[in-house]
Parts: sequence; C-alpha cells; structure tokens
Amino acid sequence: MGYVRGLKCRECNREYPVDPIYVCEFCFGPLEVVYDYKEIKKALKRRIIERREENLWRYKEMLPIDGEPLVGLKSGFTPLVKADNLAAALGVKELYVKDDTVVHPTLSFKDRVVAVALTKAKEFGFDTVACASTGNLAHSVSAQGAKAGFKRFVFVPASLEQSKIIASLVYEPNLVAVEGNYDEVNRLCSEIANKYRWAFVNINIRPFYAEGSKTLGFEIIEQLGWEAPDNVVVPCASGSLLTKVWKAFKEFREIGLIKSLETKVFAAQATGCSPITYAIKHGSDIIKPVRPNTLAKSLAIGNPADGYYASDIVNKTGGYGEDVSDEEIIDGIRLLARTEGIFAETAGGVTVASARKLIQNGKIGRNEKTVICITGNGLKTQEALAGHMVEVHNIKPNMAAFEEIYKKIDTGQ
Amino acid sequence: MAVKVRIPTPLQRLTQGKEEVAGKAGAVIDIINDLETRYPGIAERISEGGKVRRFVNIYVNEEDIRFLQAERTLVNDGDEVSIVPAIAGGKGG
Repeated sequence: MGYVRGLKCRECNREYPVDPIYVCEFCFGPLEVVYDYKEIKKALKRRIIERREENLWRYKEMLPIDGEPLVGLKSGFTPLVKADNLAAALGVKELYVKDDTVVHPTLSFKDRVVAVALTKAKEFGFDTVACASTGNLAHSVSAQGAKAGFKRFVFVPASLEQSKIIASLVYEPNLVAVEGNYDEVNRLCSEIANKYRWAFVNINIRPFYAEGSKTLGFEIIEQLGWEAPDNVVVPCASGSLLTKVWKAFKEFREIGLIKSLETKVFAAQATGCSPITYAIKHGSDIIKPVRPNTLAKSLAIGNPADGYYASDIVNKTGGYGEDVSDEEIIDGIRLLARTEGIFAETAGGVTVASARKLIQNGKIGRNEKTVICITGNGLKTQEALAGHMVEVHNIKPNMAAFEEIYKKIDTGQ
Repeated sequence: MAVKVRIPTPLQRLTQGKEEVAGKAGAVIDIINDLETRYPGIAERISEGGKVRRFVNIYVNEEDIRFLQAERTLVNDGDEVSIVPAIAGGKGG
C-alpha cells in the first residue's frame, strides 16, 4: 500500500519528497501531504471499510503511511451520539455529538494525530519522539510513545497544573518544564528540533500528524450512513482540526464515497482567545494574534498557525464563527453533561455554547442536521468547574437524616 | 544613517551570510525591492505581486506591519525592520 505522492507547499505549490520536513524552503508556507486519489478510488470502497476493525486505521489508504499501522491500533471510531435531549434543549430537530471524550488511550482527539505521527516516526526510523504541549498532546505522546517503545521528550510550561503534569508523568517520559508561556516553549522546541534528530510530532512531523485529524471527519460521514451533515461545529485552537475535518469530507466526495457535499463549517472559540472567529465576524483575511485569557486552556493559542485556512473554509462553505465567555463555557459543559451524560473538557463547553449561539442567531437552521465535535474529556479539567456545581447533600448515617434531605429534594426546596 | 534590516537564517545565503543589511528609508515594499538590486532573488522569497507572503512576518521596530500600513508602512532612517518566517518560529497544536 502507500498512496502518498509527496509533500506540497500550501502557498506556492512547490513539491517536496516524503521527509520529516514541514516548511517550504522557498516561501515559508506549510507543507501538506498529497495523495493519489485515482488509485485510492480503485482500492477503497464502503464495504471494504465497513468490514475492518473499528479504529481510525479503517481509513488507512487516506493516511500518510507507507506500511501497516504500528501505533494507536485501538484509537478512533468513537461514538456519534444522536443527542435528542440536547437537541430539545437547543431547539433543533437533529443533533449529533461526535464524542472524542473516549478516544483510546488518553481520552482526547490528540490520540488520533499521535497514532499517525508515531507510526510515521517509526517509518522514518526515529527512536525519540517529542512535543510541546499544555496537556492533551503531552498525555498522548507520553502514553502512545511508551507502548510503541520510543524515548520521549515532552515540553510543557512550568506553570502547568499539577493534575495535567501527573497525567503525563505516569507514563514516565522525560518531562521538561520550561520557565515561560506556551509560545516560548514552542519557540524553544523549534530550536531543539533543528539540532536533534527527533520526531517532534507538532513540528517536523506536523504534515503527517495533522492528517490524523481527518479520521474524525471520515467517521462522522460513515456513522451518518455515508452522508455529510448540513452543519459541523468544530472548536479551534490552531485551526488545524477544522481544516482537516473539511478535508476529510472533500476527500470522501473525491473518491466517490459520498455523492454530494453541502456542509457548512462553523468555528467555535473562547472569547478570551478568538483570533479566528474575530476574523470571520469582521470579514478580515488577516488573523490578528492575541494574548489568550480564557478558561479553555487547550484552545488558548493566540497566534493560530492554520487560522487563515480555517476562516477561509468557514467563509467558503457559508458557515460562521462564534465565541463564548468563560461563564458560557461552564454552562456548555453542564448542559452537555445533564442532557447527554457526556463530560467534556472546557473545549467541549466552548463547542456546545457556540453551537447554542449559532442556533439562536439563525446561522444554524433548526430543521437541519448538525454535528458538534467534542474533542476531550472533562476529567482532565475538573478544576475549571470548582464552585459551579450543584450542591452535595451531606447527612449523618441514619434513615431519618436521609428522609429529611429527601423530602427537601422531592419538594424542590 | 540607514534602515537596519534583519535577515532570517534561511535567507542569509542570499546576503552573503550577513544577518543585518542596510536598507533605504521608505515604504516596506520599496525597501524589499531595493534589497533585490543588491541581493538578487531575495524579493520573491519575501513577497509576491507587491504583497508580503502570508507566512513571512515583517516587523518595523518590533510592530507587525499588518497592524500598521502593511506593505505601505513607512520606515525612517534609524528604524529597524525584521523579516521573520512565521512557521520556523514554532506553532501550536
């Protein structure tokens, strides 16, 4: 197998061989994987995919590997939940939650991209993998790298919460806490990536890594019965996920697995870090960098690498962008949990609350079929909810005490 | 006194290894075109059709020109212009 034809600059279209490189030498644009869709079209049919195991590698022809999958063999194929309770609460007819709170093994969509990145790192012959991260990516590289037998270097801002550090540290990577913010960690990692021959998943492996996000889009279409939704709402940090979900939809049309594609793509951000939705709302093609100040730390990228491409897709598909306050984010998390029984991290709260606004302001039609992408598990960001929960009923261990509290609950007092 | 133009590593091959070269005061786009006369090939790496390329950031005295007057931003003698590839500076996940 192997349907990759090479890498290509998204800006100037210069072509490059398949190497651990990520930036065009000529114009500094980002490199992207190019496939031979004609050959894939001959090889990949609905019935072939349907017979395969339920993981993200069931679409392996559309992923940038040459051999067989090596990492993340149980990742992906998360539930697409028909969210009737949430639909009723938001006043729409048909709503689905793509539930990536339960991706194996570290409970966020980053397991998808890391599965692809580490498989590619093996093919390239690297023995060390690395990343710069504030949470989900660090967890996934630490865990999947352990299983795959890599040496691991994980760089995080020193100010990171203890719970997030432990969720990486348990897998025993080399965890380097850098005195500085996320942007400074990133800059340092770029320099390290130039010097050491390591697979930095979100730097020199990025063109391959980012392709893993497409599997979320492929799954949505397959799980809807080989049909694209009317609307899809995607949370944006760098903007990469949104561009890849759309790329997945387009590729399935390209190879004939779906006939028509009229999906509108919507971007969701936190108001405290909303460079992409700001550009969309103001009709600007310049992404103005911001200094993030939001509860949704996993989305707090002030200078989003794929921001331009994400806003371009939103505009071209007739979608829109919406952003929400910290209070609305918490409401969003709580709404999803009490209607659908799904506990999302803060990014999920952003998506739910943004979808609610998009429905209220008529950008998303009430009779249309909408999918919202929930990308990480709430157990990772529990501290965000401190002070916002319903009360605990404290009682003494006897029946009378229970009866007393039950009476209050039952009568709603 | 001229304008100081800081050249990023990947373009220093075109400036005979120099990290900093002198430019003529004026609009950013004119400075780029003037550099071309002394360092052939440099203009097309930074700009296309009179516009600075999307993944090249240009700063005048540390302010991104996109938030000034873009390519028409005026640069005076003594000012400093930095040319910085956007992606090589690192990007988030």
